[in-house]
Amino acid sequence: MILVVAEQDDGVVAPLSLEALTFARGLGTGPGSDPSDSVIEAVLAGPGSERAAETLAAYGVGRAHVLAGEHTKSYLPAAWAADLVELVAHLSPRIVLAAGSDRGHELLAHIGARTDLPVATNVVEVGEDGGEFSAVRQCFGGSVLERVVIDAPTKLLTVAAHVVTAEPATGVPTASVEIVEYTGVASADDLRARVIRQATKAEGGVSLSDARVVVGGGRGVGSPEGFDELIELAGLLGGTLGVSRVVTGLGWRPHSEQVGQTGTRIAPDLYVACGISGAIQHMAGCQSAKTILAINNDPDAPMVARADYAVIGDLHAIVPALIAELRKSAR
Amino acid sequence: MKVLVCVKRIPGSSGKVTLTDDEQQVDARHVGFTISPHEECAVEAAVQLVEASNASSPADGAGNSATVLTLGPADAEAQLRDALALGGTDAVLLETDETGWDAVATARAISALIDTHRAAGKTYDLVLFGNEAGDTADFQVGIRVAHLQGVPCVTGVKSLSVNADGGGLVAEAGREALGGTEIVEVALPAMLTIKEGLNVPRYPSVPGRIKAKRAPVEHVTPELRPGGVRRVKLSLPPEQPSKVNVLGNGPDAAPAVVEMLRAIGVLES
Repeated sequence: MILVVAEQDDGVVAPLSLEALTFARGLGTGPGSDPSDSVIEAVLAGPGSERAAETLAAYGVGRAHVLAGEHTKSYLPAAWAADLVELVAHLSPRIVLAAGSDRGHELLAHIGARTDLPVATNVVEVGEDGGEFSAVRQCFGGSVLERVVIDAPTKLLTVAAHVVTAEPATGVPTASVEIVEYTGVASADDLRARVIRQATKAEGGVSLSDARVVVGGGRGVGSPEGFDELIELAGLLGGTLGVSRVVTGLGWRPHSEQVGQTGTRIAPDLYVACGISGAIQHMAGCQSAKTILAINNDPDAPMVARADYAVIGDLHAIVPALIAELRKSAR
Repeated sequence: MKVLVCVKRIPGSSGKVTLTDDEQQVDARHVGFTISPHEECAVEAAVQLVEASNASSPADGAGNSATVLTLGPADAEAQLRDALALGGTDAVLLETDETGWDAVATARAISALIDTHRAAGKTYDLVLFGNEAGDTADFQVGIRVAHLQGVPCVTGVKSLSVNADGGGLVAEAGREALGGTEIVEVALPAMLTIKEGLNVPRYPSVPGRIKAKRAPVEHVTPELRPGGVRRVKLSLPPEQPSKVNVLGNGPDAAPAVVEMLRAIGVLES
């Protein structure tokens, strides 16, 4: 059995968790495998879990476990992990999978710490190597792959984001999900770190991680003032500004606008990369964009090679021309 | 206040990665080594906390320290000296030959060192890590050390203050949450994993560099106790052939760009 730790918010399963469930269906179906190996169960926590669990039948989940203790009403990773460890001991899954998200990584690390089991993060492939369980995982934001063998009774894995496309199962064996409530075992020690204040993001603004269009600026923008025209372009396209790590390091723009491995990972319909060379750190944050338009004076820049479209030349001439053209065509 | 900040030596990265001939490491001959990005901010945070402690209780200044630790080869002393130049007070190198050190083994060695220091009379109030390493991104060494030490931990910290509360110290650590941010309160001793953006790390000063050359670095040979993940080899993902469609040169390309934006549906046609 494979147990998937599925994240949900108010009854809606997180897209990366649907990817993890899709990934799970591809495991344990090789030659010589037992049919019970490929059974998928899920565990959810937080308000809305039952509603979210019901939607998982389409993803091949027959049984879902819902953490029901008082401490599951808000996200308390140490306490949730205490419950999850007990559940794993009770169910004895072969593999515990989570999404390669902040929460997925954190919960599995806690489970690994409590059980002394290893955790392999950002896995893209599972297989065998000389009779041992092996996995291929992403390093350096996906620019290097590492093949590892894992020696552990239960394999704890997170699935790298956007490696598979989330798809419902075909020929679903169950029309409904059996929901099992699980009252946990978390102790006071697991509640020592407690949330004392929460702030929601300001309404109205487009957040970088959800933006449909992101206009990015790098070292090539040249100065803090140079970003004004990029912000104007982003506004005309209904998007928001993103910047490279060099730009925040120079103090030109705040870190909250940084796109990259150590900033925000974006997945917009369009990413306009202006004066950005395309370092590994940056590509790790923008490679999920559906379309990339590079504006760069260097036709050999890695960003140009990775883009779908490019305009070669001085961005400070091209961006104002593009703004004028957009204003003209909007009339 | 005594802070321990754990950093990792990783190969620098720019446009293209190459591997060593045995496919066990990234070839750093041309890119050199650096401290993992989140950890640069963790070092800055440790130095700021100790500076604040020194300012508020100068008489107690001798008891405040920002100790920098790394686990790696002998050459990793260079990264420790870099952190010392930014204001670290002393450093520990857990010296290894680099093979077999998975996240579990690394956490066990760091926890053992914390125990050794405690037995020698140096007890850390706060242990800082990066949220995840820039190379292997295991997302777990800090959490494992917290568990081995029996202290609470907060991950993904992007704002931080430490205040006296009764007889002890309490940290307020801000982190991203669904749809916003949250502040987590935790009494020290505790473990935090830091995310880039918490602060802007300072540049080393000339006096800082001179001090760093003389600062003590403790060398320890840790016991290797691996946790069950073994590297077979590294590889590079297949290179995607460029499919770029160059729409033009300079401002004259603007109409072609607008046409493309209509074609992909970003603009209404």
